[in-house]
Amino acid sequence: MSWTLALEAGLAALVLGVAVWTLSVRQTFAAVVAFVVYGLALTLVWVRLSALDVALTEAAIGSGLTGVLLLGAAARLRATEADAVAERPGAGVRAAAAALAALVALALAAAVLYLPEPAHTLAPAAMAELPATGMRNAVTGVLMAYRAADTLLEKVVVLISLIGVWSLAQDKLWGGRPGLLHHADPDGALAFLARRLPPVGIVAGIYIAWLGADQPGGAFPGGTIIAAMWLLAMMAGVTDAPPISRRWLRLVLVAGPAVFLAVGFSGFFTAGAFLAYPVAYAKALIVVIEVGMVLTIAATLGLLMAGPPERSDKP
Amino acid sequence: MTSVTLFGLLGALLVGLGLFGLLVHPHPLRKILSFNLLGGGVFLLFGVVARRGAGAGLGGDPVPQALVITGLVVAFAATALAVVLLLRLFQESGSATLRTDAPAGKDAGGAADH
Amino acid sequence: MSTPDGFLLVLMLTAPVVGLLIAFVLGGRNAERVALLTMPVGLIIAVTIAVALWRSDAALVYVLGGWAPPLGIVLRADGLSAAMLVTVAVVICATGLFARAEFRTPEAVPEARAPFSFWILLLSVWAAMNMVFLGGDLFNLYVALELLTFAAVPLVCLDGRAETFRAALRYLVFALFGSLLYLLGVALLYGAYGTLDIAMLAAVVRPEPVTWVAGALMTVGLLAKTALFPLHLWLPPAHAGAPAPASAVLSALVVKGSFFILVRLWFDVMPAVPGEAGAQLLGALGAAAILVSSVVALRQARLKLLIAYSTLAQIGYLFLMFPLAFDTGSGQLVSGVALTGGMLQAISHATAKAAMFMTAGLMYQALGHDRIAELGGVARALPMTVFAFGLAGVSLIGLPPSGGFLAKWLLLTAAVGGGQWWWVAVILIGGLLSAGYIFKVLAQAVGAPNVALTLRAPVPRHREAIALVLALLSVLLGLVALGPIDLLQIARPGLALVHSQ
Repeated sequence: MSWTLALEAGLAALVLGVAVWTLSVRQTFAAVVAFVVYGLALTLVWVRLSALDVALTEAAIGSGLTGVLLLGAAARLRATEADAVAERPGAGVRAAAAALAALVALALAAAVLYLPEPAHTLAPAAMAELPATGMRNAVTGVLMAYRAADTLLEKVVVLISLIGVWSLAQDKLWGGRPGLLHHADPDGALAFLARRLPPVGIVAGIYIAWLGADQPGGAFPGGTIIAAMWLLAMMAGVTDAPPISRRWLRLVLVAGPAVFLAVGFSGFFTAGAFLAYPVAYAKALIVVIEVGMVLTIAATLGLLMAGPPERSDKP
Repeated sequence: MTSVTLFGLLGALLVGLGLFGLLVHPHPLRKILSFNLLGGGVFLLFGVVARRGAGAGLGGDPVPQALVITGLVVAFAATALAVVLLLRLFQESGSATLRTDAPAGKDAGGAADH
Repeated sequence: MSTPDGFLLVLMLTAPVVGLLIAFVLGGRNAERVALLTMPVGLIIAVTIAVALWRSDAALVYVLGGWAPPLGIVLRADGLSAAMLVTVAVVICATGLFARAEFRTPEAVPEARAPFSFWILLLSVWAAMNMVFLGGDLFNLYVALELLTFAAVPLVCLDGRAETFRAALRYLVFALFGSLLYLLGVALLYGAYGTLDIAMLAAVVRPEPVTWVAGALMTVGLLAKTALFPLHLWLPPAHAGAPAPASAVLSALVVKGSFFILVRLWFDVMPAVPGEAGAQLLGALGAAAILVSSVVALRQARLKLLIAYSTLAQIGYLFLMFPLAFDTGSGQLVSGVALTGGMLQAISHATAKAAMFMTAGLMYQALGHDRIAELGGVARALPMTVFAFGLAGVSLIGLPPSGGFLAKWLLLTAAVGGGQWWWVAVILIGGLLSAGYIFKVLAQAVGAPNVALTLRAPVPRHREAIALVLALLSVLLGLVALGPIDLLQIARPGLALVHSQ
């Protein structure tokens, strides 16, 4: 067994161990902390799998934002722990669930072991068509060109999930500002960070988004970093969440899918098909779409974290 | 045993673990956690398929990698919706249980017959 | 490559999306106006697609972005797609008109939570359903399923009560479980065959272990989302707790989305994989759903719950299609009489159930409750409403000339023709049980009240009329046997393969 394989086995064991810990630890808050570690360990696995774009997205969204979201929820739900303990299913149910889970895991393991050799792959096709898209990062090529409809649809999915979150608000608070007002000590560390970090973070986010055309990166990790900066500022009380009824906020939230649709429709006339790009302008058009996407992703993810309106906007 | 097979088996195990947690934990937040574990396993399987498809100068097949990125964002949106729903349920009913015979809301009674 | 009228498919997809984006930005009262404007547009596009399909007798295909599979994604409309597109458009339009009175933004405020959310979520459900019917790529269908779930769940708890939050969360947990299992299958299929395009997969799929595991996982996931017995527990509280227009959309349309993908999977992608055992198993689960849910429906005290359990039973009929479509000679599922019967059941149930939930909503608004035992006198007070309920019931029971009758007749024909007599018994008993719970409600409604009935609120005639029209539609649907029913079989089987150069 070579060095790298041994290290990877160790990494896999770490991921597995943390996953088991997440499942079995009593306190939900501790389980969420374990989950964040799980996410970070998974990020390393993605790096080992030569999927750097995925690693970036997993770190930012999968463990970063998801972790913060779940930590906040666990803290607010501490009072419900006792009831949950009382509701734990009996040994029979647990045995049945374990048997089912084991069966599925075994079937999957067998499927993995019996995957065909040589492996089917679309890598050569993706690389062959890449020059026509103006991109040099094949994953971005897939996201923004070959399977652009998936990305467009996914932008709508995320917007709808935000509207769903908003719809859960109380009637009288509709139109107001999401989240509880945070009062951080203006001289404290959090406020200090919240003033210094966002400008750097926003530039980093834009850079990563821009970089995605040729290197690992792209609109998703880039937009997430900007969302994280906004959240930091909101949590420290440096800025406040906007009321959800503001027209400019709504325009920012639809910018991504709207620009995507507009470019898509223009493809009918310039390149013969919906979501097609004329070769000469492909990169420029994709950049335009990504600008819209970064704006929307940053705003949508930030607002998904902030939750439904909880403060009325009326004086 | 190659590294790809290793991570593939890891993915299968994570799916099993996540599934077990989803079925067994009564607390909805633990179910959401298990759902994310399960998701991690599923995405890992995509990643293994991608790595096996390395070629043409790439370290992995870009199509499954792109699918995972899309899936990660969708999974986050799902988690956010589920969390807010859970928090509102707790706010309205004082409990976070999914049992059908749970205590009704604060202003239940006549409104229970919908 | 793309067929000349393939651009219609793009329009069908984007119309509700553009509508919801505009509605979101304009907000307030305009959300409702934009939604109501989008509806006739979408309906016209759906009908145009059906007519184009009918004329050309071949599938409509559109290659998105000019990238052909396996690298790119294709939109494909065959007879099943067209029929479902029109059905969904009709039900959405009817629901939109019906819901106007219930989800009007009050004069005093610029925007209100429930109306704004309802109109946008309604358009989102429509967009998602269209994607389900037109998607030619398995991962694209996954994203469409997620959109459908995220739009449907908040509709369940639109009234903001604890019970509906609970029902919505349970629904979401089941739905996410289903989506992940489906996605797992997608990963395996891509790993085994290197493509996710339905037509390409159909050409290369072999019955081997990887395919069985993938198929099993995806099927279980889709069954959870379609609420087939035994994964059905989430549905009754969710559909009964939602506001009436939302219940109509949830029962009539949303559950058909995951069902449609299951049909695509079994009939188009892997017809030879499940084998007779798999098909009979699905049929057995369907039979259990019919029998158990109908009995439970009979014992319900509240009207909306009874209708929700009726949905579970009617979903069971859909799954009888699988063993009945199995051809022992070739060892695979064939697109014949059974498929037509099953899809017709889906379509007629959509119209009938939507009408039924609408009438239940009207009765609830009029009486202030939906307790069946206290429905006495409603028939005299709201004759059109009760008549609509009865007509919808006719279709659910399966009396001629309704769509439900034709669907069950086709299934019976397939059962008798294939020598599978046990399904005949299930269909007939199911019909009797549905008659039982429908007549239970009608008997109460038509009976005299214990105390003189005073209506809580006046019921607008036009709302009753919309429910009545939908119910009439489901009753007259059986007449499609005279011609248009062949629409369902256009471009089946032998899907149009789109090769990259």
